[in-house]
Amino acid sequence: MSPSNEVVNVVIAGLGGQGALKASDIVADAAFRSGLEVKKSEIHGMSQRGGSVTSDVRFGAEVFSPMVPPGEADFLVVLAPSQVENNRWQLRPGGRLIPPELVAENTLRSKKCLNVALAGVLSAFLDLPEEHWVAAIRANLPEKVHAMNLDAFQKGRQAAAGLSR
Amino acid sequence: MQPDRMLLSGDEAVALAARGGHVRLGTGYPGTPSTEILEAFSELGGQAQWSPNEKVALEVAIGAAFAGARAICTMKHVGLNVAADPLFTVAYTGVQGALVIVSADDPGMSSSQNEQDNRRYAVAAGVPMLEPADSQEAYDFTLLGIEISERWKIPVLLRMTTRVCHSYTVVRPRPPVAPPPAPHFERDVAHRVMIPAHARPAHVRLREKLDAIAQWNETEGPNRVVEGTAARGVITSGISYMHVREADREAAVLKLGLTHPLPFGAMREFARAHGRTIVVEEGDPYLAEAALAAGLAVETKPDLFRFGELNVDRVRRILNGEASPEAKVPPGKPPELCPGCPHRSVFTALRDLGCIVAGDIGCYTLGVLPPFNALDTCVCMGAGITVGLGLRHVLPPEEARRVVSVIGDSTFVHSGITGLVEAVYNPPATGHLTIILDNGTTAMTGMQEHPGTGRSLDHGRAGKVIFEDLVESLGMARPVVIDPTVDTARFQSLVSEALASGALRVIVARRDCLLATSKIKSYEQALKQETCLVPIE
Repeated sequence: MSPSNEVVNVVIAGLGGQGALKASDIVADAAFRSGLEVKKSEIHGMSQRGGSVTSDVRFGAEVFSPMVPPGEADFLVVLAPSQVENNRWQLRPGGRLIPPELVAENTLRSKKCLNVALAGVLSAFLDLPEEHWVAAIRANLPEKVHAMNLDAFQKGRQAAAGLSR
Repeated sequence: MQPDRMLLSGDEAVALAARGGHVRLGTGYPGTPSTEILEAFSELGGQAQWSPNEKVALEVAIGAAFAGARAICTMKHVGLNVAADPLFTVAYTGVQGALVIVSADDPGMSSSQNEQDNRRYAVAAGVPMLEPADSQEAYDFTLLGIEISERWKIPVLLRMTTRVCHSYTVVRPRPPVAPPPAPHFERDVAHRVMIPAHARPAHVRLREKLDAIAQWNETEGPNRVVEGTAARGVITSGISYMHVREADREAAVLKLGLTHPLPFGAMREFARAHGRTIVVEEGDPYLAEAALAAGLAVETKPDLFRFGELNVDRVRRILNGEASPEAKVPPGKPPELCPGCPHRSVFTALRDLGCIVAGDIGCYTLGVLPPFNALDTCVCMGAGITVGLGLRHVLPPEEARRVVSVIGDSTFVHSGITGLVEAVYNPPATGHLTIILDNGTTAMTGMQEHPGTGRSLDHGRAGKVIFEDLVESLGMARPVVIDPTVDTARFQSLVSEALASGALRVIVARRDCLLATSKIKSYEQALKQETCLVPIE
């Protein structure tokens, strides 16, 4: 078994301001709280100005590079429809794409919660205890938006229930 | 109580170590990817302050270290160019306390104008250099840097890269370390006053210190060997180590932590013990050139891997000796000036007036992109004004009169002021127009304060440099201050009039950054409340 098979590789992509980095904070924190070795990598700076943003999260027993190797992502979570095709190359063969339309925005209390909703979809495919996801959401967001984001997270998990494993 | 396990960025890890290591003063100038170090240090309760530029920041830190305190000074790679002057001589003077200088390099240029490899500075200036590979090492090496600095009374360069600064990895903090003695002044002119008679022996002392550190590095330095096959060895440092471990699980690896002065003995022994030894490093072939010059039998990477960041895939290719052209990654959406950004009005006017625009470093460099296409040069911090002057001096008058310099507020304080002094001293025959794009913050790096905002790093009250007063004090006409978004036609006619005047003119285009507006309001409100709470005597 190659090391990348032992490590879970997640790439989260979107446009600046959509909360892709925040979503990756939550994913990384949930894995961290589960006691795993975690690395998260992203680029700040110019990318904040409305351009494409991606963040890599990797976790498992032992993780070396903080960057998901090209074509080795197990999951590609995309927050903007325009960012699906240019990021598809990051997925490994058989890897799972989690596109934005999986969760209908009008079911969310705020469309700003799409990032957390898609993290909810992702969570359904990962072996991390739900309590750590909830704690990660609380720890990474201001208190006044906890309720709407926890709701979005559950909507994401429900959306995932209908998908093939 | 400190948790025993934390998920931190490399920048946060440096800050945590600096705080735990009793660093008395943190100075710097914001620059991606180094900015978060001082912000985190301040949040942890450390004394952190933004300086006008990196040279000033380093000099302030040197003063603190001369007084026996522990000091840290942070900047991005190009910031060390600005701070190079004090760097080269503080290597001679040495320090009494500790001085750790963080250079955050940006291979691949995620947010920079070049990808210079600052490991060369450690060699050129003669200072020891540590290269962390993840947040744990960023933490450990910050503390080690303090130790080395105090033991050999020498400044230490902590050379990080974007992926180390901005990646989050697990850190296990150490038990508290003992604080240093309280700062006090001891007169020591032979070590502190670098007249030639003092500097000559100081240079000899510096080389002796480096020899001693090199010896220590051979046996006790932060370097380690990962055992592997005798057929293949890899010498590496920094983030490249992580890629190497993943790309090749069989190779033996010599991972170097203190990469100047290098442990040539350990490197030679390692190279001898392996059939083939490859040096894997990001950026310049610094380690490989040094190893080859020392007569070690090592291979270096193909030249194309000098460009950009490394990753696991590229390291695999290096190890396999593949130098064929690499597959291109599909381009994403490029960054742009935000919708509603006040710079948009300025660049629309400059485009419509057909100006030749000497630009500078900041968000507004994006004025080069469509739909504005209104920036013609960008070299380094401050060069907007001065490159504009040079253009004016030699272009035919009809072209020279179209030249405008644009510079942001933070950049103006950083190194634009001397450009205006130059303009007053050596004015072009056609005059010159400088537009200060004052959006009330250091926007590009994430909205940091600067001397023009009147607030300190932690957004408390600070002295405020008034640009209009400063310009006027140089003997120039008082600048017109205008919000470029309110009356775009008036802004455009102001620019036209200034260009036609043949005089030296400054316009301050003032409107807060859209992303910073609410933050600035809340800082000012907090300060107002603070003022109201002060009891009247």
